[in-house]
Parts: sequence; C-alpha cells; structure tokens
Amino acid sequence: MENDTTKIPARRKFLIDLSNGSVLAIYGLSYNSISSCKQASEEKTTLMTTDGKLVQVPNSEIEEMEHLSHGASPKEARKGIPGKKFVMVVDLAKCKNAKNCIEACDKHHNLTPDRPYIKVLKMQDNEKSAPYWMPKKCFQCDNPPCVKVCPVGATYKRTDGIVLVDNERCIGCRFCMAACPYSARVFNWGAPPEGKLDIPYSPETSLPSQIGTVAKCDFCPEMLRQNKLPHCVTSCPNGVIYFGDEIDDTVTNGEETVRLSTLLKEKAGYRYMEELGTKPRVYYLPPVDRLFPFEETTQENS
Amino acid sequence: MSKSNIELQKFRTKRGKRLLTHLISTSLQYKLWIAFLLLLIVLGLIGYYRQLRYGLVVTAMRDYTSWGIYISNFVFFVAISLVGSLFSSILKLNKNLWARPLTRISEIIAVAAIICAAVIIIVDMGRPDRIFYVITHLRIQSPIIWDVIIISTYLVISILLLYISLLPDIALCRDRLTEIPKWKKTLYRITAINWHNHPKQIAMLQKVNKILAIAILPVAFAIHTVTSWLFATTWRPGWDSTNLGPYFVSGAFMAGAAVIIVAMYFVRKHLKLSKYITNIHFDKMGKLLVLLSLVYLYFNINEYLGPAFKMVGVEGEHITELFVGNYAPMYWFVQLGGLILPIIFLMFNRFRKPLPILIISIFVVLGAWFKRFLIVIPSLQHPYLPIQGVDESYLHYNPTWEEWAITISSFAWLLLIITVLIKLFPVIPIKKYKQGSETIFKQNIF
Repeated sequence: MENDTTKIPARRKFLIDLSNGSVLAIYGLSYNSISSCKQASEEKTTLMTTDGKLVQVPNSEIEEMEHLSHGASPKEARKGIPGKKFVMVVDLAKCKNAKNCIEACDKHHNLTPDRPYIKVLKMQDNEKSAPYWMPKKCFQCDNPPCVKVCPVGATYKRTDGIVLVDNERCIGCRFCMAACPYSARVFNWGAPPEGKLDIPYSPETSLPSQIGTVAKCDFCPEMLRQNKLPHCVTSCPNGVIYFGDEIDDTVTNGEETVRLSTLLKEKAGYRYMEELGTKPRVYYLPPVDRLFPFEETTQENS
Repeated sequence: MSKSNIELQKFRTKRGKRLLTHLISTSLQYKLWIAFLLLLIVLGLIGYYRQLRYGLVVTAMRDYTSWGIYISNFVFFVAISLVGSLFSSILKLNKNLWARPLTRISEIIAVAAIICAAVIIIVDMGRPDRIFYVITHLRIQSPIIWDVIIISTYLVISILLLYISLLPDIALCRDRLTEIPKWKKTLYRITAINWHNHPKQIAMLQKVNKILAIAILPVAFAIHTVTSWLFATTWRPGWDSTNLGPYFVSGAFMAGAAVIIVAMYFVRKHLKLSKYITNIHFDKMGKLLVLLSLVYLYFNINEYLGPAFKMVGVEGEHITELFVGNYAPMYWFVQLGGLILPIIFLMFNRFRKPLPILIISIFVVLGAWFKRFLIVIPSLQHPYLPIQGVDESYLHYNPTWEEWAITISSFAWLLLIITVLIKLFPVIPIKKYKQGSETIFKQNIF
C-alpha cells in the first residue's frame, strides 16, 4: 500500500492540504475558546483553505472538523488493492447487539439511522433453538448477483474481492436491489442527508452520496488503503468482527490476530445460505459458548 | 364547421362514407374526451415534476419494496402490446377472415402500449438523466439490456406493421378527402410516400406484410418472456420460477384480447361502425377470450400449486400472504373476478353480446392490472433475511398520490395516442386486395 503515493500524488497532496486545514481549524477553535472569556466574538483568525489560500474567518464561525479521508477516484476505484483478497469473519457467539458498528458506519458514510448499511438482526432458526444476534452487511460475494444484473456496469467486483457501486454511473433502475438475496443494498430515495459535501466523489467512501442511486456496505476501502481496519471492526466493543486477507490467511478483530483457516476450522465457520451459490466473502462462526446471554431489551433501547 | 365539411365532402360509396366520416367531423364528445385526457396528463406531469425535483422519495417505494406500481404498470403495458401480434400474425396467418376489421385497432393499441411501456420505465429510473448510459455503457449480460433491445425491436416492427398496412388507406385519404384542413392534406401527402396502387407496389406491400407478420411472432413472445426474466433471474419468492415466461405470455394474450373487446365496443359506438364491428365479432372475441383465459388458468395453477404444496421458507410466507394474508382480497378478486368467473360467463351465448362482454372484459383488464401488482410487490416484501432495524414506513407499500397521478396519466397517454391515431387514420382497413398469384386491385370501392 506504500506505493500508492507514487501512483496518486494529486490525491495525497490534497489529503495533506486538507489535514493542514483541519489542524489550523482546530488550532483556531482552541484559540477561540481561550479568548472567548475576553468577549471578543468579532475577532478573526487567519486560516489556510484546502487550495492553499489564506482567509480570515470570525472566531464565532469556526467549528472543529474531523479529518476526512478520501477514497480513490471512480476510475481508480475499479481496480482494487493489488495482492489482496479481503475477507470478514463474524463471531455470532460474541455479539450482544451493542450496535456500535452501525453507529460508526452511519457516521463515516453519512447515513441516517433509518437506512443503515449494517443491520443487526434478531435470528431464531426454529422455535426450539435459542435466538441470537446476527450483524449483517454486504457479503461482497465472489459470484455477485447484483453485478450480473447491472445494465451499465455501475456495480462491479474488484480484484481484492470488494463489490463497489459507482454512483456517477448508476442509473437508478434498482435491479441490483431486487437481485440481492441478502437485502444488502439501500437506495438514495431523496436528497443526501449531509447536504452538499465539498469533496470529490469516490466509490470507495460512497461520498458525497448522490440522489437516485444505489449504495451499500463497501468494506471501507479508503481505510484499507491506509492499512487500517474498517470502522465497524474497530468500533465493536466485543471483538465480534474479524477482518483480514485471505491470501495472508490472517484476520484480526483489532485485539487478536488469528489464522483464517484455523479460525474457520476450529469454530466451524460457515457462510449464510451457501446453497444460493453466491460465494460470500463474509463468514459466520456459530453462536455457541456465548459471551453474553441473549437480551431482547437492547434492541428497544435504540 | 365540421357539419358543413361533412356535407360538402362527397363519398363514392356508403362504405367510404361510413369509414371516413370520423376523419372529417369532430364531435363535442371527442373534444371533451381529449380535454379530459389532457387534464389527467397535466396531473401526472405535476406528479412527475415533483418526483424529478425531490427524487423517488415522493413515491412509497423504499429499500425493501424497491419496485412499485411503475414496474407493475410497465409489465401491464408490455402485456397488452402483445395483442398486435395476436391479430396481425396469429389470426392473420391462420386465415381468420372475421378478425380483419380488428387488425388495425389492435396494431394501434400495440404501438401505443409499447410506447407507454418504454416511457413508464424511464419514469421509474432514479437517474433519468443517465438514460443513454444503457447504450454507452451497456453490459449485454444484464436482462435489462435484453429488454431494451427486444422492446425497441418490437416497437419498430409494430410501427412498420401499422404503417405499411395503412399506406393504401392514407393514399385514399389523400386522393379523396377534399374538405379537410391544409395540414391534414400535407400529412396525408407526406405519409402516403407516393403510393399509387401500382400493382408492383401492391405486390411488394403484401410481401412485406407477410414477412412482418411472421417476424413479429417470435419477437412478441420474446418481449414478454424477457420481461418475465427480469423477475425470474432473481431469488425472490414468486419470481424464482421456470414457469414465469409462458405464464407472462399467456396472461398477456388474455389481457390483450380483453383490451381489444373494450376498444371494439367504444370504437363501434362512437364511430358508428356497427356494420363493420358486428355482434359476430363480439361473439368470436368472447370465444377467443375463453380459450386464452383457459391457457392462462393452466399456467396459473402451475405457478401456485407447487409452492403452495411444499410451503418452503419465504416461498411459503409469500403464498400465505397471497392466499389468506394482507393481499388475499386483491388476490382472490384477480383470480375469481378476472379469470375464473369470466371463463364461466363467457361460455354462455348470452354473455357474448356487446354490453355483457364489455363489462366482463373490463373486469379481466382490471384483474390483469392488479395481477401485475401482485406479481411485483408482495415478492419484494419477503426477503430471505427478516426485515428489521429500518423505519416503519419501509415495511408497507401504499402508493402515494404522485405515483397514482403518474400511473393514471400513463393510461391517459395510452388513450390519447390511440384516440389521435384513430382520428387521423381509418380505423377499419378500407382498401381490399384479393390475395392470389395475380394481384388484382379492386377499383372504385367508393
């Protein structure tokens, strides 16, 4: 992933500019909070914008912003990260429906709570069996029904196993939504909730989202490019989600790193609805020897 | 104005007078009808303006019910467009002479319906501004692309069939109609493309007509089969079926025949054509409708018996929802009122008279529309994974006024295209040519 810098210097430069800007913005904020006791709300601070201009902004207008990372451009995003085959393992024995993954995902993809990418479903296989929580995201299938049916190639499978949507290509026919047996896809029915984000569009973040197009869980490729884990993995308090590379045969939940093959072998890993032949890249470990008792109330809490 | 025109116009025969009068005179009823259709169209345009402005969020479609009445309406329009091939191909090639006077009206309905189908699918798109991506970025493995190709092919063949068989009649209008406005004269002059009833022209026309009549048949079957594949290529309950192609095609012929009966009734009444569209036609159409309904009934039983017997997982949930659940009233209305009762009634002579058969056919058409609603929407509401953790509104589907306005206005468009075409061109073929080795032109028919 290090050789990215030589490949896409423009994007890197943009990121550096942007992070400079955010540092200055934070500096301005702290300055403002110190000087606010002097009641100098009309005081101005000099800041550098992302394109390198110096501007003066009233202190009352300055807000702290988070460091925004950007994925690759629509054209580059089709290639995938070389030499990788990403894979996810979800340990159903550890999930207690804390929903931190959903919150983190919603925050980083600018989603409203009524239509998240991740869902934690209450599952009960039959009347006698015990209910359990099943975090569900896009399975990034190796034989993806959604990619097969797309009339314009807006959704595609990358070499690193990830299935992405190009919102600048999508015509909004929603055939992929009908084709996905796992209901993984959501549609931007109305205007984006974030308003106008002034960043270049990237399929790797699905930001800024575009009205009339399809979106879904993307395994956070912009994080993977920085050698970081997807937001749902790092936000989980119970280490439910393991993420890694099939070629390296390693997965990690942020705390422990284990061999993928060993984990699947020892804990009898399986894929949801294998009989459909979609070949998902998300594995599940059965809900045995649970860390937590199943509690319904957690669902109502949020 | 129209009264005087009709008095001034001289007709050579009674036949000519009867068949051409409606091209010259415009009744108040006609104007009111057009105004009514335009009003519906304006309402639909308001709905569509709102949809363009705010996005598909103005509809009741959401992430689970991601296709709604636009798609079911699309399937309905594709279905009734098949009727063109029924008359100009199946009945014609089988030498059913009684069906001749109905050929043109069926071709007009086919062209209007396929145009409306193409338009309504654009209305359903989230990004209609990117419509040309289906050409510039097309991926041939997508069933949507197959549908785009086959629909445009069918549209071209349907227009050719209608237009080529119209040529002698347009020439006749050009030559004989004197009391018409100038633009109409120009229209006839241009569209007649120098047709002069030359034996060579006639021979060529008959040849082309025959080729088209044969060519349209596989295309007509393909158009609705491919439309069924939009559904059959997915894993949804009710769609994941090998029966879907013939099920759609047979349903389409039934709906198309019923639409023809409704159209026949009103054309006959308003254009005063009871000499040409006779009670015998209604009787024959009634029998044909029974036959087509029986075929559809057979595929219906096939579609539901297997899953209902096994009741596997979501497929079982889907069947329960249709048979005894939320959709049961609509389902049983469609199956009884739109299929079984019409078959029983139409087996009796007295129900194959114009008025009773009109009412029965309206039920068949309504049943056909709601049947497509039942094919599209409930299937989407039974995914493999339970619907949880989403907004309450995502669980149901009750179309909004914008959706209804757009859907109703698509019907207004359909009727407007049909009405205008009937107003401009003779609805019953006037010129008659004798078939045979030597083509004889029947002179001076009016």
